[in-house]
Amino acid sequence: MILDGKCPTGPIETSWDRHRFNLKLVNPANKRKYKILMVGTGLAGGAGAASLGELGYDVHAFCYQDSARRAHSIAAQGGINAAKNYPNDGDSIYRLFYDTIKGGDFRAREADVWRLAQVSNNIIDQCVAQGVPFARDYSGYLDNRSFGGAQVSRTFYARGQTGQQLLLGAYSALNRQVKTGGVKLFPRREMLDLVVVDGIARGITVRNLITGEVESHWGDAVILATGGYVNVFYLSTNAMGCSVTAAWKAAKKGAFFANPCYTQIHPTCIPQSGDHQSKLTLMSESLRNDGRCWSPKKQGDTRKAGEIPEGERDYYLERKYPSFGNLAPRDIASRAAKEQCDDNRGVGPGGRGVFLDFADSIGRVGEDTIRERYGNLFDMYEKITDENAYKQPMRIYPAPHYSMGGLWVDYNCMSNVPGLFVLGEANFSVHGANRLGASALMQGLADGYFVIPYTVAGYLTTVKPGQYKDDHAEFKKSREDVEGTAKKLLGINGKKTPAEFNREMGKIMWNNVGMARSEASLKETLREIPKLREEFWQNVKVTGSGKELNQQLENAGRIADFLEFAELLAKDALHREESCGGHFRVEHQTDDGEAMRDDENFCYAAAWEFKGLNKEYELHKEPLKFDNVHLAVRSYK
Amino acid sequence: MDLTLFVWRQKNAQDKGKLERYEAKHVSPDQSFLEMLDEVNEDLIKKGVDPIAFDHDCREGICGMCSQVINGRPHGPQEETTVCQLHMRQFKDGETIYIEPWRARAFPIHKDLIVDREALEKIQQSGGYVSCHTGGIPDGNALPIGKIEADYSMDAAACIGCGACVASCPNSSAMLFTGAKVSQFAVLPQGKIEAKRRVQAMTEEAQSCGFGNCTNHYECEAACPKGINVKFIAKMNREYIKSLI
Repeated sequence: MILDGKCPTGPIETSWDRHRFNLKLVNPANKRKYKILMVGTGLAGGAGAASLGELGYDVHAFCYQDSARRAHSIAAQGGINAAKNYPNDGDSIYRLFYDTIKGGDFRAREADVWRLAQVSNNIIDQCVAQGVPFARDYSGYLDNRSFGGAQVSRTFYARGQTGQQLLLGAYSALNRQVKTGGVKLFPRREMLDLVVVDGIARGITVRNLITGEVESHWGDAVILATGGYVNVFYLSTNAMGCSVTAAWKAAKKGAFFANPCYTQIHPTCIPQSGDHQSKLTLMSESLRNDGRCWSPKKQGDTRKAGEIPEGERDYYLERKYPSFGNLAPRDIASRAAKEQCDDNRGVGPGGRGVFLDFADSIGRVGEDTIRERYGNLFDMYEKITDENAYKQPMRIYPAPHYSMGGLWVDYNCMSNVPGLFVLGEANFSVHGANRLGASALMQGLADGYFVIPYTVAGYLTTVKPGQYKDDHAEFKKSREDVEGTAKKLLGINGKKTPAEFNREMGKIMWNNVGMARSEASLKETLREIPKLREEFWQNVKVTGSGKELNQQLENAGRIADFLEFAELLAKDALHREESCGGHFRVEHQTDDGEAMRDDENFCYAAAWEFKGLNKEYELHKEPLKFDNVHLAVRSYK
Repeated sequence: MDLTLFVWRQKNAQDKGKLERYEAKHVSPDQSFLEMLDEVNEDLIKKGVDPIAFDHDCREGICGMCSQVINGRPHGPQEETTVCQLHMRQFKDGETIYIEPWRARAFPIHKDLIVDREALEKIQQSGGYVSCHTGGIPDGNALPIGKIEADYSMDAAACIGCGACVASCPNSSAMLFTGAKVSQFAVLPQGKIEAKRRVQAMTEEAQSCGFGNCTNHYECEAACPKGINVKFIAKMNREYIKSLI
């Protein structure tokens, strides 16, 4: 099937304004009759729930954490982009639009990206009004910093805690609605199924993580803002609870999953200290401005950095990419580090790391200047590794941290299942094959504050409020399915813990579907993952019962979903016979190792339809048209 | 290194609970405290024992989910460090470590080390916001805010809402938590408009949730993983008095 994103036609500059005008409205008196379920309370979910509650809808918001304030949006450090052009350096909506399309390697929808760039300015105003303490200069005006992938300073920030402050802003708006009764919160609930009646999303099934009770919730619309899925790699910068579960349950109920192979690996994370560790901590990319990446020339060299003479060091980025050197783009830098380690020239425990050396810069500008620029990062590094990076090089290694792919949505952020909307990282819409820094926060808040309040109304005018409630047979069936799965997991009583399966799955995915993918590695994944999935359902050991707080059961359920989803990720990567953004197929590269797109054959979003486990997925294509930018090779030279 | 752990085990809110002894063997000093507990749990599962339940999520010291009292100190011995960022090199081989949940009347225990912090939510919901609408907002630069006020506000806003301040206080007071939110808004022009109503509502809510009052022990500041300063309690008190005039 050829998918239609239902984007407005005509001049892109006015597309969102015209579309907004054409969307139907719900009468203020009727709004409270509609119940909307919001799953996830990060930037997209929190902002969306608060805005919809304020409009007068009856909003019920769910999160697995004990508070809406703890969603993983909170961990974003750097900042949020907006096309304000405050620094007078030539920024504009068009430039932000163009940078985002190009950064995504021409694999995103033009109209969605234009809207994102357009409303980016409203986000900053909104956050200021909420009392978000953005950085300011002495005149009292907002300060900006530079970020990757752009030649203008358009990033707004709140120290190194921008995500936290923006989330607390959305959370405060949410609290205001809780107080007035517009929003009802359901913390410590995990969505374990989507309820679909006659092809339309009508509610969800959740597990109360404290009591273990399986609950049904009906809604006239269901909105997922449930984040990304890179925990499929085990190693990641995501929070421990981040999972594909909510999105995957929706996919199994008919929602198409688009471009799952677009995952982003961040080059500068603190390496793993042992197998026990899955969570990796990100270090700001800005460090590569003053640090030189190297590893020993000799294989298996276990000497300390200081004992390796200059002539025996391989400054591999400078060697391979003389023009960009240590500032090579994220994907290139990540792959190069992996190649060094695969060649047995990694450093640190397990040999999975490379050096990021500041000695030259310290010699040139002095330790004090380096401390001024990066002091907080050096402190954080020391807290985790007990190493002083002023005296010896840092050890870094790439780690998965964002998924550009997600559930397919149209211009209204609605999936192909009517009534099911998807916001933020959970959808696939604006980042194409690669996301630029400081754009994730922008998308989350754009979707939540300024898109969904309009588009959900357009849908709700087509349905009768409260037509199907949780006494419908589909709700009962869904509860039984969820309870059945829990019972099955608890009854296996095998020999391996959920964490052991998690590690094994991560190893398969990271080695074969991580930074570089080949036909052979992907085919191996498609053999190994189903095997592991089979073993999981024979041999997992989940202690306790389903009628209590049971973190092992929660984990096991998430891993079970990842074990199904992982196969689709590999399938998508195998089918996409090109390299673009975060998706690098070794067969498709230029002589100097750059990604080679195939616009003739793959200029489309790949949306996969689940047809039943162990059955072939059906591929639906949404062709991508570029009327406002010129399709070009993304050169890093 | 090898360690002996005494961990608070409590099946549910009704259960009485007690300290159980566990051995943690071959612990690497480079492990984080929670990774050490992960491994203890793996062993327990293999033995068929219910693993230790504890709250955690981001594991990078920002979400505020983790909440353990280690050897009598919320978040353990290292200054300005959450449990998830605490590493085992802070401990010595052969050491005995006591691990307990946050303890306060307003934080009932769900299970083992997991407590119910809904009371903190209630304080926020009572007034921890600026009552602005979504949309219809003038340009961000239309409201200049002095750098000093913006920085002061940010110092207060850095609170991660973990509740260590409550757990460390002999009165189980939430005044550092409440004071930080009150102060963040009180110095900003957009927050001043509702300052009176906010400080009264939030302090009243804290009291009715069962949190105690401040008697200047400053344990909260010492325990706070983000180093939130007790000056924000003083600021809240001044705001409160101002609101009565």
